[in-house]
Amino acid sequence: MLYRENGQFKTNYRADQQIFPILQDRIGIAIVLLIAFVLVPLTAPEYLLRAILIPFLILSLAALGLNILVGYCGQISLGTGAFMAVGAYAAYNFQARIDGFPLLLSLLCGGLCATLVGVAFGIPSLRIKGLYLAVATLAAQFFVDWAFLRIKWLTNDSTSGSVSVAGLQIFGLRIESPEQKYLFCLAIVAVFALGAKNLVRGAIGREWMAIRDMDVAASVIGIRPMYAKLTAFAVSSFIVGVAGALWGFVYLGTWEPAAFSIDRSFQLLFMVIIGGLGSIMGSFFGAAFIVVLPIVLDNLPYWFGIPVDTALASHLTFMIFGSLIVFFLIVEPHGIARLWSTAKEKLRLWPFPH
Amino acid sequence: MKISSIALAAVALLAAGGACAQSKEQFFPLLVYRTGPYAPNGTPWADGKQDYLKMINARDGGINGVKITYEECETGYATDKGVECYERLKGKGASLFDPQSTGITFALTDKAPADKIPLLTLGYGLAASQDGSIFKWNFPLMGSYWTAADVLIQHIGKREGGLDKLKGKKIALVYHDSPYGKEPIPMLEERSKMHGFELIKIPVTAPGVEQKSAWLQVRQQRPDYVLLWGWGVMNSAALKEAQATGYPRDKMYGVWWSGAEPDVKDVGEGAAGYNALNLNTAGTQPKVIQDIIKFVYDKGQGTGPQAEVGSVLYTRGVVIQALGVEAVRRAQERFGKGKVMTGEQVRWGLENLALDQKRLDALGLSGVIRPISTSCVDHMGSSWVRVQTWDGAKWSFSSDWYQADDQIIKPMVRSAAEKWAGDKKISKRTPEDCQS
Amino acid sequence: MGFFLETLLGGLMTGMLYSLIALGFVLIFKASGVFNFAQGSMVLFAALAMARFAEWLPHWTGLSNKFLVNALALLVALAIMIVVAWLIERLVLGKLVNQEGIALLMATLGVAYFLDGFGQVLFGSDIYKLDVGMPKDPVIVLDKVLPGGVLVSLEDLIAAGVAAALVALLAVFFQKTSTGRALRAVADDHQAAQAIGIRLSRIWVIVWSVAGFVAIVAGIIWGSKLGVQFSLSLVALKALPVVILGGLTSVPGAIVGGLLIGVGEKLSEVYIGPYLGGGIEIWFAYVLALLFLLVRPQGLFGEKIIDRV
Repeated sequence: MLYRENGQFKTNYRADQQIFPILQDRIGIAIVLLIAFVLVPLTAPEYLLRAILIPFLILSLAALGLNILVGYCGQISLGTGAFMAVGAYAAYNFQARIDGFPLLLSLLCGGLCATLVGVAFGIPSLRIKGLYLAVATLAAQFFVDWAFLRIKWLTNDSTSGSVSVAGLQIFGLRIESPEQKYLFCLAIVAVFALGAKNLVRGAIGREWMAIRDMDVAASVIGIRPMYAKLTAFAVSSFIVGVAGALWGFVYLGTWEPAAFSIDRSFQLLFMVIIGGLGSIMGSFFGAAFIVVLPIVLDNLPYWFGIPVDTALASHLTFMIFGSLIVFFLIVEPHGIARLWSTAKEKLRLWPFPH
Repeated sequence: MKISSIALAAVALLAAGGACAQSKEQFFPLLVYRTGPYAPNGTPWADGKQDYLKMINARDGGINGVKITYEECETGYATDKGVECYERLKGKGASLFDPQSTGITFALTDKAPADKIPLLTLGYGLAASQDGSIFKWNFPLMGSYWTAADVLIQHIGKREGGLDKLKGKKIALVYHDSPYGKEPIPMLEERSKMHGFELIKIPVTAPGVEQKSAWLQVRQQRPDYVLLWGWGVMNSAALKEAQATGYPRDKMYGVWWSGAEPDVKDVGEGAAGYNALNLNTAGTQPKVIQDIIKFVYDKGQGTGPQAEVGSVLYTRGVVIQALGVEAVRRAQERFGKGKVMTGEQVRWGLENLALDQKRLDALGLSGVIRPISTSCVDHMGSSWVRVQTWDGAKWSFSSDWYQADDQIIKPMVRSAAEKWAGDKKISKRTPEDCQS
Repeated sequence: MGFFLETLLGGLMTGMLYSLIALGFVLIFKASGVFNFAQGSMVLFAALAMARFAEWLPHWTGLSNKFLVNALALLVALAIMIVVAWLIERLVLGKLVNQEGIALLMATLGVAYFLDGFGQVLFGSDIYKLDVGMPKDPVIVLDKVLPGGVLVSLEDLIAAGVAAALVALLAVFFQKTSTGRALRAVADDHQAAQAIGIRLSRIWVIVWSVAGFVAIVAGIIWGSKLGVQFSLSLVALKALPVVILGGLTSVPGAIVGGLLIGVGEKLSEVYIGPYLGGGIEIWFAYVLALLFLLVRPQGLFGEKIIDRV
């Protein structure tokens, strides 16, 4: 009833091809953006912003990047943590070595460095497929872990391998309070999400999906696998690199290579799978699920007033986390995004049955 | 989350925040790790901290009548979880943090000054933070990795018959590849230049559970001494590999975080002869441990198993919390006895600790640690440490008390601190600021 | 020269130990097409069960003969792993029949998290000793021929021998027995195997139990070497290059891959490592596997991947 497209006729191709062709969708997105940009920073408590919303935004950006590679192009990658690390450290080097280098530019340059590394480690994908590729990308993960611990130049000669940034500002505006950090991340995520959505709707996105579905058939009809796969790696690593730079600069402030370890890679892969492969919305759903769940599980005993030994609580968190992953995969292997689109389909008919 | 509940939560938090200052309880956040590869060493430390607080409540009724509350938060030695725990607990009126990890300390060193909460990093953390004139909020009490490395070289020199006899010798550092393990390297390189020994650096990828290559390298290089800078599972794995490659354990020296019971118990006889530094005495004799047994364990309130009470890391946890409580007490002497202290006030307390032997006796810490007194420029307070040796069944002290050589340490600390200040654009504290 | 032989031998033996863990991966992939990311956690769970029961049994039954206690603990651990296998099949695999590989991979990752937490809840997170009477001190051989002799770790030698025996046993099992043939049929195509009357659930329970047994053996050997603690599950990450180098579907591949990776790792760390500052062995192993894969994308002994359009 509310979601019917009745009467929304398009009169030109441009209108037909827009991202949100249904008016209700456009209104919905506008409301979400209004809440996100205006209401949340004004009313949210500091803990919510600092510990939940900011990591959610940054990790959803990284999940977006990974989704492009795994969900849209079908190349399983377990080295995402490494690309985040490259982005973070590269951005740090630009920021620290060049006085007065604008923050936004350092983030983007960090992303570009991550792109170069991503394409380099993506070259094996031209020959290796599937699970073999997944394990091979772990080479990237461990190599980058080692490089940032060992090669002093990369960490600006810090003796401990730990680097930090302070005094972030953009166009003269300081980025220090949780609200400012949140808005900064939100702006970047919004821009990137829009860009990614348009990319996957375009020719290159279709090439990726063709490679994912049947790469031999795709090359038969003229899609160059090298171009498609390497551009997927490039775009994905760029986004992941920027996310990594944001993670280090905005969320952590000080970081060491262990912040981007293999656990981060697995976490991002979880987000993408649970959220839904091949779906931009799915990255956000997955990130929300994975970011909020451990915090909820950790704090549950306190909310119910049950004093639980912290070791037991952590182990239980692990157990519940694992079981929920399995449960989710059984119930909806295509992720939350599929649940969402099913719900929207049902809404289009509601209250009629068919 | 609905907006009304967000708003309500915001109001409630603000009210709670305001109320905390007036509440009659001193809150101690306890960042711990009881899971993960570092749990074997993190657990007794955490138990010691909690038991001491329970004892103070049970025996004294709190600090001058102010009851102590505490909450544990599991970090798993991971920096991001540590930061998340910090953010969650600081709002409850936390007056000092002991992150139990050098990595987390690095991350919090930038946040703590803004939030005005001091970091108590006894025996770990940034070595340069000993300089209180730049690191206002960091307190590496009783030692840092530079003092540890310095003392080890002094001891080895003494064993060789003089520091000049070190010329031409080889000393290998088998270290945990993380900020913790890399921290002593500048000091060791400095000393290797001074005395002419060759420093061989052998990193072990965290968590250090498989070390065969590292020890094959040790066997290849045949160093005269091996310094072990490990944590958690890495320590016992190192000793097992040392045994498997036949390196004499009595030529191995560990830092004070590599010399506790979990590190050697399951190697047993195979680790006999291994030496390590120890900042504190262990055992169930000291009065403070006896009090804990009497007021906490005898009432069935103990945090861990009673067999653990009095072990090396447990006692160190007790010492850390005792110094924290003493800082609160000292702050109360200035800012109001019987009142709840804020982070800034506790910071002053940490900066003006004056524990002479008499005070140590009163606290029940006599024989556990040596007198310690901090000041505005010296946030370490004391660097007394001894070497202990494992004989297959227990630890026993095998050397006199050493003190770090300030002639070498102080210039290095000063230049490192100044470099930090330059990078972060922090200015040196003024004499007036020292009095506040 | 002597030291080179030592490193080589050390690498070969470590490689055999990695193969032990890799075997678990290969078994499960061969028979159910699932890449079992939970293998490391299974090794940990099995080792924890064995270590703790070896500790608790003397208290409960009063037995003190070490051999008997260890044997009993082994039986108990085996029983536990069979129950775990059955539960995994019932609750996880059975519901995900014929899903995409990546969903199954993620499911096993979920199982890994669950087992990690559960194992520590049941058995604790301290370091536990696993004493099966392995000799801990090394032997020096060939010291008349080469200066300084060659250091051989008896513990590693025995472990390598056990691994070789296990592989031979498994190879016979797969090739000669009817259950082995059924397993290979299931690996080829689940639905076809079901169509000809092979009970999928029974086969999967058998496979996961065998993998559980392999996990116990790997757990005992690694646990006796390193002590049983949570970080034992991380050794599986070192065994992954072995799996992909040898081929996901080949048991002899796991051995050859293990030997290659073991030797490559140790030689690189000892001889190339010092020039690069050390700590290179884990990424070197992966890069080595990657280089082999570029030449043979299905691993050295894996089945050729045939793409149908």
